[in-house]
Amino acid sequence: MKLDSKTPDGPIEKRWDDYKFQLKLVNPANKRKFDIIVVGSGLAGASAGATLAQLGYNVRCFFYQDSPRRAHSIAAQGGINAAKNYQGDGDSVYRLFYDTVKGGDYRARESNVYRLAEVSNHIIDQCVAQGVPFAREYGGNLANRSFGGAQVSRTFYARGQTGQQLLLGAYSALMSQVNAGKVKLYNRTEMLELVVADGRARGIVTRDMVTGKIESHAADAVVLATGGYGNVFYLSTNAKGCNVTAAYRAYRKGAGFANPCYTQIHPTCIPVHGEYQSKLTLMSESLRNDGRIWVPKKKGDTRAPLDIPQDERDYYLELRYPSFGNLVPRDVASRAAKKACDEGRGVGSTGLGVYLDFGDAVERLGEDGVRERYGNLFHMYEKITAENPYKVPMRIFPAVHYTMGGLWVDYNLMTTIPGCFAIGEANFSDHGANRLGASALMQGLADGYFVLPYTIGDYLATQGNSSVNTDDKHFTQAVDDAAGKVDRLLGIKGKRTPDSFHRELGKLLWDNCGMARSDESLNAALAKIPKIKEEFWQNLRVTGSGAELNQTLETAGRVADFIDFAEILVKDALARTESCGGHFRIESQTEESEAKRNDDEFSHAAVWEYKGEGEAPERHTEALRFEYCKPSQRSYK
Amino acid sequence: MDFTLKVWRQKPGTQGKLVTYEAKGISSDASFLEMLDVVNERLIEKNEEPIAFDHDCREGICGMCGCVVNGYAHGHQGGTTLCQLHMREFSDGSVIYVEPWRAKAFPVIKDLVVNRSAFDAIITAGGYISIRSGSAPDGNAMPIAKETADAAMDVAECIGCGACVAACPNASAMLFTSAKITQLALLPQGQAERMTRAQRMVRAMEAAGFGACTNHGECEAACPKEISMDNIARLNREFIGSSIKK
Amino acid sequence: METKPTFYSTSVGKKVVMAASGFIVFGFVVVHILGNLQLFLGADALNQYAAFLQGLGPVKWTVRVLLALSVLVHMVSATQVTLQSWAARPEKYAVQRFQETTYAARTMRVGGPIIGLFVIYHLMHFTTGHCHPVKDGFVENSEGMLNVYNNVVFGFQDPLASVVYIVTMIFIGLHLYHGLWSMMQSVGLNHKKYNHWRKVFAVLFALFVAGAGISLPVAVLSGWVVPV
Repeated sequence: MKLDSKTPDGPIEKRWDDYKFQLKLVNPANKRKFDIIVVGSGLAGASAGATLAQLGYNVRCFFYQDSPRRAHSIAAQGGINAAKNYQGDGDSVYRLFYDTVKGGDYRARESNVYRLAEVSNHIIDQCVAQGVPFAREYGGNLANRSFGGAQVSRTFYARGQTGQQLLLGAYSALMSQVNAGKVKLYNRTEMLELVVADGRARGIVTRDMVTGKIESHAADAVVLATGGYGNVFYLSTNAKGCNVTAAYRAYRKGAGFANPCYTQIHPTCIPVHGEYQSKLTLMSESLRNDGRIWVPKKKGDTRAPLDIPQDERDYYLELRYPSFGNLVPRDVASRAAKKACDEGRGVGSTGLGVYLDFGDAVERLGEDGVRERYGNLFHMYEKITAENPYKVPMRIFPAVHYTMGGLWVDYNLMTTIPGCFAIGEANFSDHGANRLGASALMQGLADGYFVLPYTIGDYLATQGNSSVNTDDKHFTQAVDDAAGKVDRLLGIKGKRTPDSFHRELGKLLWDNCGMARSDESLNAALAKIPKIKEEFWQNLRVTGSGAELNQTLETAGRVADFIDFAEILVKDALARTESCGGHFRIESQTEESEAKRNDDEFSHAAVWEYKGEGEAPERHTEALRFEYCKPSQRSYK
Repeated sequence: MDFTLKVWRQKPGTQGKLVTYEAKGISSDASFLEMLDVVNERLIEKNEEPIAFDHDCREGICGMCGCVVNGYAHGHQGGTTLCQLHMREFSDGSVIYVEPWRAKAFPVIKDLVVNRSAFDAIITAGGYISIRSGSAPDGNAMPIAKETADAAMDVAECIGCGACVAACPNASAMLFTSAKITQLALLPQGQAERMTRAQRMVRAMEAAGFGACTNHGECEAACPKEISMDNIARLNREFIGSSIKK
Repeated sequence: METKPTFYSTSVGKKVVMAASGFIVFGFVVVHILGNLQLFLGADALNQYAAFLQGLGPVKWTVRVLLALSVLVHMVSATQVTLQSWAARPEKYAVQRFQETTYAARTMRVGGPIIGLFVIYHLMHFTTGHCHPVKDGFVENSEGMLNVYNNVVFGFQDPLASVVYIVTMIFIGLHLYHGLWSMMQSVGLNHKKYNHWRKVFAVLFALFVAGAGISLPVAVLSGWVVPV
């Protein structure tokens, strides 16, 4: 597998501009001759689909929900970063770039991150023009707040629903192009296969989830904007439908999968409460601006939180990280919570939780002041837990939230399969080993509005139209494969539900490849995954038929891919014997139990290549160069 | 907790009916959808087809879920989507009716799953500000009063779940349509297309086969985001104004 | 080329037309009931007022035609809107509960036809005399002028007729309450600051019209108002 990152040289602030100039252009009159498939309708997919259509390409957009507006970008709460420096607090493109590289624990590509920081400002302009009702100051200008891990206020927000508002903006742009006849939507349609012929992506095979019909779609380029794979852990903050199938299928067709072990565990989620639980609910980490995190000093202290006097409380983040306190980056906060719980000081009935206490904030700001800032989050917490967080400290626990790993892409956002692009959370490019708060929205929209529309033109101008249509044997083969898989799943007629396998897999990964990973735990997981897989294909029960809406069948197909994918996730975690960002290897920590990187051996992106069913995948590396941000041990003390 | 469910089951192209299921031993901390998950798992174990229902984010924001529970869209708790409704809100041993959104414009696909593409059609007709990517002026070039931005945000919160239509005695989509029209009419960015937007969106709404608003206010009561029916008056005003000016 | 549908083809347009026609009828009802309240001022006042109205000639007919048209338009638009709404929910809910709607709102479609039938009865009762209890038509006074006062009193002395009036007045009150504030909503008259006044306004007028309407038969039945 050849990994040519195509990263430009020269002064970093000029790289993207110079590069854009070198890209080949498609003549305006020729754009309408190109068909582009976009899979996914979240921030990345919708913004890309809309922009490509505006440029004149014919876009077909596929998504499994009933409307593009439901993609899980909608659930992002906190905000979106941009280097506007409207606050005059010393922010700049360079600082955003630097913070992102550092926050990612020096495991991201500098050129990509700089470009991201550079276009971040255009995103805000674009969204404002679309009518996104960002929060405003009384003077009418855009308001900002600070967000976990940043020391400037660069986060733009729309109450606690920033993701929703940005997605509705992108959705509206997409729908205006539907109206213009340049975008065709395929709702309730799931991508099952990527079709590659003669070394180029030619289209996809999909299943219409309402009729069960398996269909081929040929195009000149395929864009995967299919999000992350956090649901491999079963319990995560992702939507129930989020899955790895599209990305994993592309991997099987030759796309390198980069850094699958980089998963972000978000520190402020509502703790698990029972076996039947279907998902975890995140609460914006903006809560950490005013909430104080603590656990009892004593082990096994079962007193009610308000009965525990101040001097018997351990405000562990404030003590260990005096300069950042409760605002340390996500990976650090999550690990510290896990440590406290491992020591037997966790709270709640399961012992898996820490307190996030607003007692001081209520005293300082009054209940109304707190309500003004966090009312909707408190409301949500109360609805789920039936506890009043104004009176009783919230209980929180980390949960899988975001996956920094994804399909490997070059500077053009193209995977190792020519013509197959990956954008947003589906690719691996910008966040390194840990993503900073409010950066996911930024990356999704940067890719879709401002990067891919340029780079895809170069590919199309160079490669021309695809000559392979859906009658080609590659398509019929892919259709047969996809249909065969559906038949196989339906034909097992065993005893266990797809969800029961998913739960088993998720628990295995969470226990062995979650917030802390060791050689031992990872090997244990690797030994167990094939057993799960074996039982899955022998004892699965899928009711109903393939020719109708069949949610059990959909789940089964996704779980099958999760099981296969879990293996490369664990293998990647095993091979990376250093700790970095969200990937914490117990064997690699400093004396103060902080993550310890090993730059000599691991300053690279690990890229996995599929070698065939039953064969071990091959690990490749793309060396990372740091010319501007000199890697140092991250310290938030 | 134990419940008796009366759930609407309907296969494509056939007449549906209410079927009774026992849901025993449900945790009071389970959400309504988690309760359905448990029922479904047990159905699969008995080799029966599980109940099809739409859901995705399960945190009240995607708008995918929604059923009429005991006669209320998203259940009886105010300002709540079905995924955020918890079983502790029901009394032990109670009978719970679960029906799909019912409207001609939202045909049933299967069981509790309905087709809400009509909402997309309304937005497609004009629920946007046309702006080419990359051609926007600076975000602070046009100051917008905080009150205006807040008012726009109040309506922009709509999640497009369809509860307003489901709860409306007339199956009208006026609250949904008015929320988008209001958001864009309030903001200075939305002025250029304001007249055509009102015309096109209302006509798309009519074409989809929704009923007429007769100001019952059930939409506002059912709306999980508590969007006010005052917006419907604004829609009417926008439509009348644009009809005169066009 | 798509044909542009007209304003009226939309339910929003129909609602505006329904609101406007309803408002005209409402205006008439208020004037009419104010005039009728002169029953309490005695026979001369009411009879002179009636004679004045009769003497208006072309104006009277213009108003009658306008009113008849308004009622017709109101009924047609209401029927169309109703049919559209019925068609919009072909399959009913097994269980449907309401939270915010009022009895008034839910009885608009029953109240409308009832009021329509009542108007016909009312015309036959007091305008044409076809349903009037006095056998030889209306009572005239010595100068050959219609004794409207006595006609009203005799009319209401029939308990059945009075009950019909009282019951219908309740429906009219309900219809006006929902109709009046709904009308403002339909034509887009709203403002955050004044919205709650819309319902106050509707309640006051509805109560006035219904109360005044009910007061007439009650006054006669109770023997407070007697024939002269």
